[in-house]
Amino acid sequence: MAAVPTASATPARPAGAHARPPYGRFRRSPLASAALHLTLIAASLAAVFPVVWLILTSIKPRNAWQSTTVELFSDPTLDNYVQVLTETSFLRWLANSLLVSALTTVIAVIIAASTGYAVSRFRFPGFRSIMWMLLVTQMFPVAILIVPIYNLMAGLGLINRLPGLVIAYLTSAVPFCAWMMKGYFDSVPVSIDEAGRLDGLTPFGTFWRLILPLSKPGLAVAAFYAFITAWAEVAYATAFMTGDDKYTLAVGLAQFVGQHKAEWGLLTASAVLIAVPAAVVFLLVQRHLVTGLTAGATKS
Amino acid sequence: MTTDLADGAAAAVTRDRGRATAGSRPPGRLRRALSTHWYAWAMCAPVVIVTAVLVGYPLLRGVYLSLTDATEANMGRTIGMNVIPASYEFVGLRNYADILTSAEFASRLGWTVVWTVVCVACHFGLGLGLAMLLNRPMRLRAFYRVMLVLPWAVPSFVSAFIWRYLLNGDYGVVNAMLRAAGLPGIAWLDDPFWAKVSVIVVNVWLGVPFMMLALLGGLQAIPRELHEAAEVDGATPWQRFRHITLPGLRPVSSTVILLGTIWTFNQFPVIFLVTRGGPGGSTEILVTYAYRLAFEGIRDYAGSAAWGMVILALLVVLAAVYRRALHRQGEVW
Repeated sequence: MAAVPTASATPARPAGAHARPPYGRFRRSPLASAALHLTLIAASLAAVFPVVWLILTSIKPRNAWQSTTVELFSDPTLDNYVQVLTETSFLRWLANSLLVSALTTVIAVIIAASTGYAVSRFRFPGFRSIMWMLLVTQMFPVAILIVPIYNLMAGLGLINRLPGLVIAYLTSAVPFCAWMMKGYFDSVPVSIDEAGRLDGLTPFGTFWRLILPLSKPGLAVAAFYAFITAWAEVAYATAFMTGDDKYTLAVGLAQFVGQHKAEWGLLTASAVLIAVPAAVVFLLVQRHLVTGLTAGATKS
Repeated sequence: MTTDLADGAAAAVTRDRGRATAGSRPPGRLRRALSTHWYAWAMCAPVVIVTAVLVGYPLLRGVYLSLTDATEANMGRTIGMNVIPASYEFVGLRNYADILTSAEFASRLGWTVVWTVVCVACHFGLGLGLAMLLNRPMRLRAFYRVMLVLPWAVPSFVSAFIWRYLLNGDYGVVNAMLRAAGLPGIAWLDDPFWAKVSVIVVNVWLGVPFMMLALLGGLQAIPRELHEAAEVDGATPWQRFRHITLPGLRPVSSTVILLGTIWTFNQFPVIFLVTRGGPGGSTEILVTYAYRLAFEGIRDYAGSAAWGMVILALLVVLAAVYRRALHRQGEVW
């Protein structure tokens, strides 16, 4: 397992290509080289174009989205941004989204960590049922639980309140975090546990003092996934949150382009405000994300 | 799990009492289990309790609701000081019978399967192709990698909105480009067939980067020597791909294909935000259909709960297949 992060870390530096002894395809013909780069450029354009167009639209005047011709620039202006920040509840929605996602993440990680360790290290009666439960519950689509949870929340008076949404998100975040952390704990050598036990630590002491500090990267990946899952959730938020001041971003943005009005200028500006910081953070940490998710599969 | 623990504790207590009279006997099975496993059980307790309360109880209630005729009208509610009691009735398996015999179910299931298979196949095929291109030494590789990962970095609901604008029939840039090239515009989101194509395109755009990165990690874990040895032995590129690359990728690819299948099957935001299931329900998958039943028009809670249970049954079958696949890989549980 330890080989995988290093393996995926080295080749990203183009300079490394020269240091390594070349083999096979490295001596490719100019024609093959051109084809390779053209394919990648085409794919990159397809990947980037929607985002670029979003940014370009957001700095056009308010009604320029209704233009039927392709124009890269027309009278660049920040009007849409000013309007989103001053005349809509965008900042309120942002705060709601951050609060709900952060609460979900923190609670889920705290609840799930010890279980992840237990199912990684111990074989005990009930182990199979717990693994089965973790696997099935994180596969649950929204449609299964949303009706009963909605009715229960309505009974408790938690509809249109943020704690209700956090509770709904925990149903998937807790099993998901436990599953991810099991994968990471599996990659921590058991010899560390054994050394701790020899030195007189209890199983819980081993987990708390030795394994948990070593597993911060794994915890971070699980937390990050839990966060962005809650951040981008649409179904529960749309059904539960009915007041403008309680919307999360996903629900709020939909109001800009609802049945009766289409304010694509406002929508694109707020989309940029959300997507650009998110994309920057994401690109900084993405290298760890894939390894975290497939950790169980690539261990050797 | 928790009942196991309680039973164990109770048994241990009786055993202790028994021991006082019967002298020293080897400790009983339950007591031995308790003393060896209580750490594991205690560490699992938080998740088990939370899952039982937040998933187990609603699930049972969902099963019960699915056997009734509950709708918005007879659900019962509290308005101010007045409590209106619930007046829905138990109707047995009628909701299930209605669903399984309806044409709606057959067509929703058919489209959901098509949607899942086409999306995952495109994710995997394009992801593998790009990963293999990126796995070669060349200039600008880090740059291409960042560009290609970008769709994954944008929150999915934002991407759904972007695409809804790009594909807009009158003002969308896609049609503007088609018209500029002298072609007629296409009613991307207003024609049943093209709406299906559109949601698949959007989901493929969203999902390829994850597959590409996961498979790239898998490719880099394949020892270079294998390819070199095969090349020395005269294997063609196709043979090397078929007999070294694909088998070497199997652990990663089986995981990401399963994850991708579940994610796509459950993909709510793309359908809900891009087409809202339309036009005329033609892009509605099982999950969005059940949601719409419960939260639009006259809210049919019982019907939606029954749809949810049918979806759950389908997913349990999928999980069983996955577990069998894990067994083959030697992960035994």
